[in-house]
Amino acid sequence: MLILECPCCGVKGEETEFHGGGEAHIKRFGPGSSEEEFHDYLFAKENPRGVHFERWRHVNGCGKWFHVARCTRTLEVFGSYSAQTTEPPQEIRDAITARRPGWRWREFS
Amino acid sequence: MSTRLAFGGRRIDRTKPVEFRFNGKRLKGFAGDTLASALLANDQVMVGRSFKYHRPRGIVASGAEEPNALFNMGQGGRFEPNQRATTTELFDGLSVTSQNHWPSLEFDVGAINNHLARFFPAGFYYKTFMFPRFAWKHVYEPIVRQSAGLGRAPKDRDADRYEHFYAFFDVVVIGGGVAGLQAARAAGAAGAKVLVMEQTADWGGRAMVDGGTVDGQPVAEFVSESLAALEAMENVTLRTRMMGAGVYDHGYLLGYERLRDHSPDAPGPRHRLWRIRADRIVTATGAIERPLSFAGNDVPGVMLASAVRDYIVDYGVSPGDRVVVVTNNDDAYRTAIAVRQAGLAVPVILDARLGGGGALAEEATKLGIRVETGMGVARVHGARRVEGVSVCAQAGEGAVLERIACDVVAMSGGWSPVVHLWSHCGGKLVWDEAEAHFRPDGDKPPLGADGAGFVVPAGAANGALSLGAGLADADAAGRRAARDLGLKPARSAAPEVGDAPEAPIEPVWLMPQGASAGLRMKAWLDYQNDVKVSDVQLAAREGYESVEHTKRYTTLGMATDQGKLSNINGLAILSDALGRPIPQTGTTTFRPPYTPISMGAIAGEARGETFQPLRRTPMHDWHEAQGAHWEPVGQWRRPYCYPRGEESHAAAVAREIMATRESLGLLDASTLGKLIVKGPDAGRFMDMLYTNMMSTLKPGRCRYGLMCSENGFLIDDGVVARIDDQTFLCHTTTGGAERIHAHMEEWLQTEWWDWQVYVANVTEQFAQIGVVGPKARKVLEKLTEDDLSADGFAFMAWKDVTFGEIGARVFRISFSGELSFEIAVPASHGRALWDKLLAAGQEFGVTPYGTEALHVMRAEKGFIMIGDETDGTVIPQDLGLDWAISKKKDDYLGKRAQARSHMSDPNRWKLVGLETVDGSVIPDGAYAVAEGTNANGQRNVQGRVTSSYFSPTLGRGIAMGLVLHGPDRMGEVIEFPGTDGKTYSAKIVDPVFYDKDGEKQNV
Amino acid sequence: MRRYSAFAVAREATRYHQGWARAWRSPEPKKKYDVIIVGAGGHGLATAFYLGRNFGITNVAILEKGWLGGGNTGRNTTIIRSNYLQDPSAAIYEKSRSLYETMSQDLNYNVMYSPRGVLMLAQTEAEVRGYKRTAHANALQGVDTEFVSPERVKQLVPIISLDGPRYPVLGGLWQARAGTGRHDAVAWGYARACSDMGMDIIQQCEVTGIRQDGGKVVGVDTTKGAIDCDKLGVVVAGHSGVLAEMAGFRLPIESVALQALVSEPIKPCMDIVVMANTVHGYMSQSDKGEMVIGGGADGYNNYTQRGSFHHIEETVRALVETFPMISRLKMLRQWGGIVDMTGDRSPILSKTPVENVFFNCGWGTGGFKATPGSGWGFAELVAKGYSPLCEAFGLDRFREGRFVDESVAAGVAH
Repeated sequence: MLILECPCCGVKGEETEFHGGGEAHIKRFGPGSSEEEFHDYLFAKENPRGVHFERWRHVNGCGKWFHVARCTRTLEVFGSYSAQTTEPPQEIRDAITARRPGWRWREFS
Repeated sequence: MSTRLAFGGRRIDRTKPVEFRFNGKRLKGFAGDTLASALLANDQVMVGRSFKYHRPRGIVASGAEEPNALFNMGQGGRFEPNQRATTTELFDGLSVTSQNHWPSLEFDVGAINNHLARFFPAGFYYKTFMFPRFAWKHVYEPIVRQSAGLGRAPKDRDADRYEHFYAFFDVVVIGGGVAGLQAARAAGAAGAKVLVMEQTADWGGRAMVDGGTVDGQPVAEFVSESLAALEAMENVTLRTRMMGAGVYDHGYLLGYERLRDHSPDAPGPRHRLWRIRADRIVTATGAIERPLSFAGNDVPGVMLASAVRDYIVDYGVSPGDRVVVVTNNDDAYRTAIAVRQAGLAVPVILDARLGGGGALAEEATKLGIRVETGMGVARVHGARRVEGVSVCAQAGEGAVLERIACDVVAMSGGWSPVVHLWSHCGGKLVWDEAEAHFRPDGDKPPLGADGAGFVVPAGAANGALSLGAGLADADAAGRRAARDLGLKPARSAAPEVGDAPEAPIEPVWLMPQGASAGLRMKAWLDYQNDVKVSDVQLAAREGYESVEHTKRYTTLGMATDQGKLSNINGLAILSDALGRPIPQTGTTTFRPPYTPISMGAIAGEARGETFQPLRRTPMHDWHEAQGAHWEPVGQWRRPYCYPRGEESHAAAVAREIMATRESLGLLDASTLGKLIVKGPDAGRFMDMLYTNMMSTLKPGRCRYGLMCSENGFLIDDGVVARIDDQTFLCHTTTGGAERIHAHMEEWLQTEWWDWQVYVANVTEQFAQIGVVGPKARKVLEKLTEDDLSADGFAFMAWKDVTFGEIGARVFRISFSGELSFEIAVPASHGRALWDKLLAAGQEFGVTPYGTEALHVMRAEKGFIMIGDETDGTVIPQDLGLDWAISKKKDDYLGKRAQARSHMSDPNRWKLVGLETVDGSVIPDGAYAVAEGTNANGQRNVQGRVTSSYFSPTLGRGIAMGLVLHGPDRMGEVIEFPGTDGKTYSAKIVDPVFYDKDGEKQNV
Repeated sequence: MRRYSAFAVAREATRYHQGWARAWRSPEPKKKYDVIIVGAGGHGLATAFYLGRNFGITNVAILEKGWLGGGNTGRNTTIIRSNYLQDPSAAIYEKSRSLYETMSQDLNYNVMYSPRGVLMLAQTEAEVRGYKRTAHANALQGVDTEFVSPERVKQLVPIISLDGPRYPVLGGLWQARAGTGRHDAVAWGYARACSDMGMDIIQQCEVTGIRQDGGKVVGVDTTKGAIDCDKLGVVVAGHSGVLAEMAGFRLPIESVALQALVSEPIKPCMDIVVMANTVHGYMSQSDKGEMVIGGGADGYNNYTQRGSFHHIEETVRALVETFPMISRLKMLRQWGGIVDMTGDRSPILSKTPVENVFFNCGWGTGGFKATPGSGWGFAELVAKGYSPLCEAFGLDRFREGRFVDESVAAGVAH
């Protein structure tokens, strides 16, 4: 039973207030993209046993989407941040580094 | 024999006799008794039968760890199997029967298994019952099933109710023994908001029985003083009869409060499930005594030493006149002393340790009790109750030195901290060599959301078994919990306790240590599931080496007590058999709940009508009053049809359709999703959402649109109305409203967040009524002055119209093929307009129609229905909807996906109409067969039915389906085998069956 | 191998069962094998077994990081059914179900396959249509199912409440020859049979690297040293992503927790398996007498083998509504397993970008029932490079948009 904090409304809420939306920071590929790009965009998922970045929606709250950095092995939450960004902000990365030195996720570390 | 003593019994009130029934016999106990103590007081030593061998079983323990004393309890809607006698408080009228025997507890046919036990070792069923093949299902398994199971199945609906409760605390202390109270005091004094829960009805835990002095006063006084102090703190909540059932991630804790189990007739819910969030959880859950493994240790009358003294001290009950104590540690001497102080006999204390005990042993000796060191039990005599023990040297193989008559054997194999709650969420354990038990590894606690440990073990649950050590540990735990919260606890004020020096425990996993195979087959580990030392050794011999293998192969620890008594002993036997140290073997996983909790409590209040929230349209009550046949659609209920009197559903549907086609029908369309998309970039956004070009739609006009997922599949459809330059109103399917709203928000917020668009779901703000049929305009004209003429209000337009005092937005759209107006009004006016329409429509024979008539009419017109023609694998191109896919747009959701090879494959099945040759109705979901079979031997198919109805309008069956190259095969007849044994031949036709040119809707 | 029989048990009884041999050997790895299977769960062991049985390939090692059968094989709710909608699914699950029928005899290990019947309740009109469609499809696929009336539902499972106020039962899809099996025994039975064929089951041996030469697999590195092989079959469920990364590609998989629970045991009251998808719960009664209950999966990536309690709550609430008598039973134990969800919720049995490396994964919530069929097909794929059973489950399908989507029958509301 996770507790997550919605960065939009500032509420720290029960997992039941939120809805998970899968991997974060995925770049959309539309018409004109290659078969490989489009396949990877939809299906090649990060599935780490450890640090993970994902999307959540405060569905039974303010309704806003946001990002969460979380450990899938311990369920530790490193922080949540705006959905309107293409990469994790530095302070989130620092928070992860403090707990998981040497972490890597896709091109981020 | 076991009986009530003339004096003593700290928990019972001898002035309040209580009558109860056991297997039909009327028995008497006192208020404050547990069912177990009352049974023992009535000399009911044998209380049940074991699971596999149906051996006689007696009460072993006095608490939650009891594996044997389980009963069918109560009657009718209050019947409940497997009630544990040791945790069941006695009340007047309580009625129980014993379980797992036939015809009676005393004479049980199933006990034949006991005589054949040798043929039924661990896992014998994996090696047998294989021939002949059908026999497992038809012969062996039914026998196994009948003889397994414990209590009877309840038959009736539960007469009680249950509730859920949310709570938030800084610190929750689980366990109201001295350790829990001390930890709570420390945390509470520091200012933390604290909850203390105790699973029994009493505070103080074991210390109340075991005694001792704290700060120079008797421990009982320390307990009352602590309670008084806690009660005086406003930030502390105390709860008895509440168990910490499970610890989950991020400090989520389940508290299971049994409000009425002890007085079932009192008002209110029976159980309350507390769903607690705690910053810190202190587990002051104590420890559980371990049995010793010797031959015959399962005979009724063999009990945990601590339980024997509990029954004497707490309930004034003597489990027997002559109590042999057998132990490997000092604690059991307390039992010998208590027995003697109650005036009963202790023929001998068998201490397996060569060196014997410490101060308590001296005290026992002073009382004149015979103590034999280095000795153990070779075997217990008696079948239905203990008659005596044979004594042997612990170091030997079981040669009998002496036989001693007794009726109780009080055994103690040491104490295991209750680490369940620590472990539920991943807390790790360490093996404490000196104390011979697993205890929490403080360095590897369960981690909270912040990565810090959130469970703090305290007292005996942390391996600090003595009173003094336990209190000091608990005090530190309480202060630590407070400190973790950023509070400043007072400096240590741990109470002073003069613990008597104890001699160390010596692990004894088998008694005697060299016991022969014959003895090991009689030495029980798991009493309920009938797992013996020999079974675990057999598992090890056969290669079931992991502790999980052994558990599953032997069923050790899988009974209703979940191995509270058996796990550690079994683990030690396994480790020994494998020649591995115990910590290397490890434990099985501790899973919630700590002891079983009722399904009723888990389900809570949500039952029957309140099972899920019910969404009602403004016309809901009218539908109900008309006797509508409901169809659940999501959390809505929609009228399927409105049968009149004895009318069948099919007849009602036909009547509703004919009335609509001929004159006037009314549809409550309020459940349709209504989403507003607004903003300077609304057009651009709409163009991405829909396959159609929506940005070119003119204000005042409507357009039918399709939405696809990014994966290309059709997910929803509906009519879009452009309200003004920056505003669109999107109609979705009933089931789609929330889903599509979320879909829009997701793309807006996570992909195109710089676009200036807002989306609002206004589904419930509006009632929507379909006024349908040739008389639709006529009836509306009775209610308004506004121009609704064909010229003044074109098909696929919308306009604001006033019906008397009700302002409405009217859409000239049709899903039935008839002249049709969909009228949206604020929800609060919905019923009023509905009533007006009914009244005004009377002269036209106005007929409300339900979802089925809606479905049939749209199928007659060849309109697709999301969920019928689509199933998540269908793309718009499959449905001949290419006209709704804009070729001018560079992009829309799903466009790239639809370019993939399989999606542009000309062999995809395409939508057609299907007309049975004989006019019958093709079964819904039937497949069209093709020649031959595929590589896996399955019949080849070339299409399937997506919708199929009897059309009252056409007087024949009509269907739509997806067929290979369908549109190119008009007129061809293909075959659909039904599951009814018939084959349906159907001609491929145009999917529009009725009014192909759309003249009726366009008048 | 010593044959298991009642006679053998009786003979051993006379000598306190001291004479039983190990069910499987516990050897040290050899330098090289023809085929290495990574993962000694049910699917991995079944693959090895059919490699030997059907293709005569017995120079096989099965490497297991922990203990054999220690993953989802021993954590599921033991349901075996094949009433799937899509042809490829029905083919592999029906193959599987038919292999279960004779598995006890084939393995000489009683896996207690009990064809007690599986009933899927239809509680909405959409479900009625979906299940009728499935029944039609099944008839052509050689899967014996039928759509039954509410009255028949009540006969099959008398403890059910047909006319709950919210979701009355409108019928059900009934597969009489579906049922349950003893999950652990499946792994143990295959392990014993593999060991008997001379295959090496190496437990406590973790694969740490996949060695390639020119785009072709040549062996694996393990915690017990390097082992060579000609072909590599990876069947590691929740760790597929890790192994794929070693091989240098990504999978369309996300791992989430799926939970289940059992009640305390009671005398028989329910002979069949009932699944209620509208309200999200399913239940059967084990031979021990426990009501075995499962529900939906958690919605976020998770490797803890623990789930969120609200899912347990939802499941129990659904089943108390469907079977009111269970309200007074008690939950004895709840647990979680990690299931791999693919992009279309169907499994992957596929060649990979690395030559002679094959992956079998992504079984989601349906793995146990598929065990023998998966092993049968995957063994063929590994041995011959092609298997009709696996054909539709290749990795390519995600590129081509050629999904095998089973969520279809559930339908969508209107």
